[in-house]
Amino acid sequence: MKHLRPAIILTLLFVIFTGFGFPAVMYGIGRIPGLKDKADGSLITKDGQVIGSSLIGQNFTKPEYFHPRPSAAGNGYDANNSSGTNLGPTNDKLVNGIHKKLPDGKDDPGNFDGIVDLAKAYRTENGLAADADVPSDAVTRSASGLDPHISPANAYIQADRVAKARKKSVDEVKKLIDDNTDPRFLGVFGDPAVNVLKLNLALDAAK
Amino acid sequence: MNTLGTIQILLFFVIILALTKPLGLYMKRVFDGERTFLSPILRPIELLFLRVCGVKEDDDQPWTSYAIAMLIFSVAGMLFTYAALRLQGFAPAFLNPQKYGGDQMTPHLAFDTAASFTTNTNWQSYSPEAAINYWSNMVALAIHNWMSAATGLAIAIAMVRGFARKSAKGIGNFWVDTIRGTLYVLLPLSIIAGVAMIASGVPQNFTAPMAVKGLEGAAQTLALGPVASQEVIKMLGTNGGGFFNANSAHPFENPNNFCNLLQIILIFSIPAALTYTFGKMVGNVKQGWAVFGAMSAMFLVGAFVANSAEQGGTDLLTKAHVMTQATATQPGGNMEGKEVRFGIGASTLFATITTDASCGAVNSMHDSYTPIGGLVPMFNILTGEVIFGGVGAGLYGMLMFAVIAVFIAGLMVGRTPEYLGKKIEKFEVQMAMLATLILAASVLGFAALSANTNYATTTDPKASDMYATVNLDPKKQQADIDKLPGNASWNALPNSAYGNPTDTYYGSTRNNLNNNGAHGFSEILYAYASATGNNGSAFAGITANTPHYNVTLALAMLIGRFLMIIPLLAIAGSMARKKIVPMSSGTFPTDTTTFAALLIGVVIIVNVLTYFPALALGPIVEHYQMKELKTQ
Repeated sequence: MKHLRPAIILTLLFVIFTGFGFPAVMYGIGRIPGLKDKADGSLITKDGQVIGSSLIGQNFTKPEYFHPRPSAAGNGYDANNSSGTNLGPTNDKLVNGIHKKLPDGKDDPGNFDGIVDLAKAYRTENGLAADADVPSDAVTRSASGLDPHISPANAYIQADRVAKARKKSVDEVKKLIDDNTDPRFLGVFGDPAVNVLKLNLALDAAK
Repeated sequence: MNTLGTIQILLFFVIILALTKPLGLYMKRVFDGERTFLSPILRPIELLFLRVCGVKEDDDQPWTSYAIAMLIFSVAGMLFTYAALRLQGFAPAFLNPQKYGGDQMTPHLAFDTAASFTTNTNWQSYSPEAAINYWSNMVALAIHNWMSAATGLAIAIAMVRGFARKSAKGIGNFWVDTIRGTLYVLLPLSIIAGVAMIASGVPQNFTAPMAVKGLEGAAQTLALGPVASQEVIKMLGTNGGGFFNANSAHPFENPNNFCNLLQIILIFSIPAALTYTFGKMVGNVKQGWAVFGAMSAMFLVGAFVANSAEQGGTDLLTKAHVMTQATATQPGGNMEGKEVRFGIGASTLFATITTDASCGAVNSMHDSYTPIGGLVPMFNILTGEVIFGGVGAGLYGMLMFAVIAVFIAGLMVGRTPEYLGKKIEKFEVQMAMLATLILAASVLGFAALSANTNYATTTDPKASDMYATVNLDPKKQQADIDKLPGNASWNALPNSAYGNPTDTYYGSTRNNLNNNGAHGFSEILYAYASATGNNGSAFAGITANTPHYNVTLALAMLIGRFLMIIPLLAIAGSMARKKIVPMSSGTFPTDTTTFAALLIGVVIIVNVLTYFPALALGPIVEHYQMKELKTQ
């Protein structure tokens, strides 16, 4: 078998050069100042403690913070368990949710908020009319479950609530939204997106 | 359809168009063994590799030898990966901070995964964060991102040589082609793009998953790792296997729209450029552009349809008073399973590209697409991955259809079928049809099997397709497991290996689905289409990490890869031996728009119509259910 030698040796060469060598070279390049913070995961520190990554969404529930999108990663924004719902567009669970009670009166652990439920909660939270149209990103779960962004429209709607809770003017809050909006790449690619963690940090800093 | 979505599609297409000629020309020089501007650095490495492998550069292999070399190389890589995955627990600590071992990588999962990465599919039945460590990602799996891409390139070049050579015995040397493809094509592009990815925010470190306390006080564990080095070759090699479960939707794999654009350019760059390499090698670049044109037309139609379907949203969203019209400040449309930074436009463009090429990376969850939006990726895969297609695989797949197209044209107009000056005879058409039929049988056969199989979890006939969860508490374990019929384990998910208290015995293979009704069937159909087409994307709601699904999917992947390549190499060998017949008035020209249109027709008639009845049961019926506001 004259093919056996090249097959085995070439496989080993791939293991050495592309399995170990290439990641090691990339790791080395990632140590260069300027790239290092990014290679380490764009971590954000506050008072000497890492509080997260600017790229990874995290959950906020208090009224004085902007809230991210609903999440399907673990129990919500589990950054070690990225996932979407993978529910199809006509799935009743996705649209209307599941609301069951166990015999002892507690909620069934399999319960799930559908888009209709999420829209209702979003309207209540932000004082909108019962049939007001809501931004599509506010009531749908992202692909990764870790989406760090919300749409500017979603942020503007939340601005009133946040301004009230923080006793700030709405204009001041809206300016912070604009400061923390990532624009389209080259003005064309993708959609404008507001980084929720950065925005909330900016709000805290503006105290 | 929205304006910015349209502009994104067209701008992306212009970039690919601009890259095709220079990269195609460069690859032609590489595979013809000519000097390139990188030769001073890479030639000594190439010679060293050839020497330690014991390969003579001028050893021209006949197609049989070329095919055997390819098979043995694939088997060697697959065995290595199977062992490396099963033994991942023995990796040094810095490559195994999660302390994962063979429990997470069960034998059937390791078999499925090894087959998946060897065949350039990168289907992942597991969730990477919960199942594999840095060793497995880097060494066991990512090496195949290089090896399988280099293999695909080699096969495509061998196929082109078959058409380009006359009265020749050999079609090149597999080892030389594989080494050249890796060193001269994959490596330089990966280094440049890898640095660009790190600069855009993709992590590259060996830090263990980091527990942090968020701004509002919620605990979060950040999964990190050597992502960039895997991400770049995952796209360039049209592999698609993610470092994280969410794949290119994960903000660490694809943090922003610069990175996203880079990723989709990487997917299409080599497959598109190969059409120019092909034209150049057969001595008429218009032949290459005709193939490019057919591919482009199918790509553009798919991209526009997917974009407008997703931008339209669903009737159920409209009824719930969700904005589906895009405005300047929000994306509208169906945002379930999509990221805000990508919106509708960049998500649907990515979905079209990743399924045109056999990449399979995703930046949005196809399972949550509207019925028509989800039909486009499925349709793209079912064309046989020839719309630019995988690295190498797209070109050789399309050349197979070209053989069928000239044969059909010959029948229609009574001309002798010829392609590139070679007579197409019985043997070539038989081989091309053999490959087509094997693929169709694999997709439909396995999908039918998984739509109708039941591994009973109880002896009660009334409840025979129920699923059961078995508590692994040592006190209860044995009694519960004893109650199960023997074959129940064939469709069991070893949940306890991933930190859950119970194992799940699904019973019927339909219970593994995440959606009911037509959409559930789509999940099964998509799985086997993706596996056979070596794509690797999924309607990811399906729980495929059971022996039944892992084994059948692995078989579909192996069939889709090797039972396609072998007949095609046979065609290449047979073509290489033939003499050139001079052009005559009876020759059907194959470097024209007419031929490109015929090629599209053949792809659609031969392949997609085969699947139409199955598609009618999945996305098409679901579309009408959605129109009537029905939910399942």
